[in-house]
Amino acid sequence: MQPFLERVKEGPVLVADGAMGSFLMEHGLRPGEAPESFNLSRRDVLREVAGLYLEAGSEVVQTNTFGGSALKLAAYGLDDRTEEINRLAVETVREVVEGRAYVSGSCGPCGRTLLPYGDVEPDDVRESFRRQIEGLVGAGVDVLCVETMTDLAEAKLAIEAARGVSAEIPVMATMTFDAIPRGFYTIMGVDVPSAAAGLLEAGANLVGSNCGNGIENMVAIAREFRACTDAPMLIQSNAGLPKLVDGEVVYTETPEFMAKHAAELMKLRVQVIGGCCGTTPAHIRALKRALCP
Amino acid sequence: MEILGQIAALLERGEDQEVRSLTQSAMDQSLPALKILEEGLLAGMQVVGDRFRAHDIFLPEVLLAARAMSAGVEVLKPHLGKTDLHSRGKVVIGTVQGDLHDIGKNLVGIMLSGAGFEVIDLGKNVSAEEFVDTARESGADVIGMSALLTTTMPAMKQVISLLRERGLDSSVRTMVGGAPVTREYASEMGADGYGFDAANAVECVRELVG
Repeated sequence: MQPFLERVKEGPVLVADGAMGSFLMEHGLRPGEAPESFNLSRRDVLREVAGLYLEAGSEVVQTNTFGGSALKLAAYGLDDRTEEINRLAVETVREVVEGRAYVSGSCGPCGRTLLPYGDVEPDDVRESFRRQIEGLVGAGVDVLCVETMTDLAEAKLAIEAARGVSAEIPVMATMTFDAIPRGFYTIMGVDVPSAAAGLLEAGANLVGSNCGNGIENMVAIAREFRACTDAPMLIQSNAGLPKLVDGEVVYTETPEFMAKHAAELMKLRVQVIGGCCGTTPAHIRALKRALCP
Repeated sequence: MEILGQIAALLERGEDQEVRSLTQSAMDQSLPALKILEEGLLAGMQVVGDRFRAHDIFLPEVLLAARAMSAGVEVLKPHLGKTDLHSRGKVVIGTVQGDLHDIGKNLVGIMLSGAGFEVIDLGKNVSAEEFVDTARESGADVIGMSALLTTTMPAMKQVISLLRERGLDSSVRTMVGGAPVTREYASEMGADGYGFDAANAVECVRELVG
């Protein structure tokens, strides 16, 4: 395969994958159980989900390691298996995609709040990400994805940890913004220009946003990013906000609706486009059809 | 009372050391502890809550203010009557079973303490029995439940059902909140109140115990 960053630069747009957690729930993940434990015990399920997204057209498939940092795994008593969990996660996806898609190593928040607002030292957070990323990079992941961040300091620690492990590994970094009357801000008060500048300065190659509350807001967020940087961009949107219909939790944005608006992302030169909560292989298939005719 | 206004202003800026020492100065000036609490600390926290709700400030500022609030309360505690500190009511809070996300729930705890409620925080992954038993044993007025995962939202309904089963639903009111929880969902599951965000949760508890 062409090196990831070269492929991003030359285009065309890369379609990534969609939601993972809900799929794991449907396949036996119990409430209170670490989703990352499936890398140890239920790799069949992870192969299946990677296969579904590959078949739907994903060219970037994520590992099941969103909560795979040592600090987050410690909440489940699994931190002593951090390296193993992350290594197995990469191997599982790679066995399925076999060079037909890039394997992206997901790195979500550590679940703790940094000093001075919370109780955890920056060094401990950096070390926690370092252990995760050693596992991912050691197993040959193609790109890292630091995602769903709300605290810029934590995102930068994760990127720094990645850079400490490897100077070459491509790093994508996304933050999650809320729409409030005066614009888009994370709950920690980070706006888009600060996010773009901070993430790039820490060493990210691609920047952008994920999760959130729907594709239309994501287009507006992407526009803000593009107004302050020419860097490559990635966007992974939720399928809207969840609603309760007949006792079932459903996400309201259809594949067609997302795909239609995602076309606007392409105009903003977003190079990697995928889904987050509530998106399915059907959403990815629709994105693929609309973006890569 | 110049000094109380200063305490409030320092608390708003999250200056915990200064809040502690100025609270001590106010005590040294023989101001009543309850007055310092209400017109200094709680007044400052009220402003912080309002500004957070207006999106004027964000989570970091609230966390720092909460820390400053605790620093001041520590000084006052030995001088306050049992009922002074938490005269407004008692609330049991927690993140429901199966859910380990607690930033929102912690924020609700901070805001409620800041508004003068006694908060019993059961942490995360809290079972229905734990919620209901704690509420009964402590004589709480309200149970506040948080969920971030759409898949754990149904656990809120279990708490409400268990309260009903044990005939406690008239004495203990319920409030739910969390990113995926909507007002419709709250009313469908039979919750007495819905907190759109942390500041709004305080309003909700005020109404429920009012």
